[in-house]
Amino acid sequence: MEQLVSLAVKAIFVENMALAFFLGMCTFLAVSKKIGTAIGLGISVTLVQAITVPANNLILTYLLAPGALAWAGFPDVDLTFLGLISYIGVIAAIVQILEMVLDKYFPPLYNALGIFLPLITVNCAILGGSLFMVERDYTFPEASVYGISSGLGWALAITAMAGVREKLKYSDIPDGLQGLGITFITAGLMAMAFMSFSGVNL
Amino acid sequence: MAQTYRSMLVDPMVDNNPITLQVLGVCSALAVTSSLQVAAVMALAVTLVTAFSSMFISALRSQIPSSIRIIVQMIIIASLVIVVDQALKAYAYEISKTLSVFVGLIITNCIVMGRAEAFAMKNPPVASFIDGIGNGMGYGLILLLVGFIRELFGSGSLFGITILPTVNNGGWYVPNGLLLLPPSAFFVIGLLIWGFRSWKPEQVEDREYRIQVVEAH
Repeated sequence: MEQLVSLAVKAIFVENMALAFFLGMCTFLAVSKKIGTAIGLGISVTLVQAITVPANNLILTYLLAPGALAWAGFPDVDLTFLGLISYIGVIAAIVQILEMVLDKYFPPLYNALGIFLPLITVNCAILGGSLFMVERDYTFPEASVYGISSGLGWALAITAMAGVREKLKYSDIPDGLQGLGITFITAGLMAMAFMSFSGVNL
Repeated sequence: MAQTYRSMLVDPMVDNNPITLQVLGVCSALAVTSSLQVAAVMALAVTLVTAFSSMFISALRSQIPSSIRIIVQMIIIASLVIVVDQALKAYAYEISKTLSVFVGLIITNCIVMGRAEAFAMKNPPVASFIDGIGNGMGYGLILLLVGFIRELFGSGSLFGITILPTVNNGGWYVPNGLLLLPPSAFFVIGLLIWGFRSWKPEQVEDREYRIQVVEAH
């Protein structure tokens, strides 16, 4: 149990998806102009991440890993090279299903998050979460915790970024730095602040 | 054809750079630039994937139904990335370890998808291939610039060869450790954008708010 809590803290703060691994930067920079939209996108990412990482973990364990197909009578088959294409397929499918389920059963939520869902398929934070799960050999419970907390960490980062940018637009910035330039530098300062969490260990 | 092949190849370098102007593919640009060698491999990989995926998608463009085009594009890109990933694991294992998940993340690199969607779906295969190479090189240029700055001043070497002998090894250069840490990539790219836009002022973004001087009466 402590191990899972420490994994969660690590995924939210120390190894923050956006600020320590630069994942999902395109959306992070493009959709962080308003706090409202940033929170909406953050929630969608957390939701999708919480589903896809454990789902991909199951796919890896029961279909792709060396010897995983033993139940089907193929104990020598190693399909790990198909990993990338399966993970992205799973992500695209889950995003699509989520969109349809939200549309059917939770229309208000769909209206709030609907526009972000297509963006999420190509968000590197989602695929990155699954790839880190594979690289670090997480078990199923670990993968579930990692999915939720890495999504939360990303949501936290984009919300904070949007907060800073809402104030920043009133400031007098040199022409060349306007917009994208200053956003990068702000993100850099935030990443430095997040680095101070690196000593935190539970 | 309105654009010549040459302009397709050269435009994305400075005038229409995918990273500094269109903010595409930033994720990997930041993460893999702490050494020049890794940055070069990554730039090469992305250029190849962009060029070939654009070519294949363009060749299939009249066969792909538009409602499922994203999935089809994804599958083509993912297959190419798997080829790159396996090739790296076979011939450059050390580098593929350093790149870790970022090779896989070429799939979601917005440059590849962006070019597929914006260019390859409307243009013939050869033009798309060249456009892919051009954009890959525009991306590679930034990657190499950032990698150059970070490796030279962060560890005093280029491609692993010592240029500035560091104090630890009996030289005179005190390396700037910050440049090896993730946040520095943001600063270096931010400053590069500043440089690019001061050189080409037409790339400057409009302000949302302008400070006005009110005349005193």
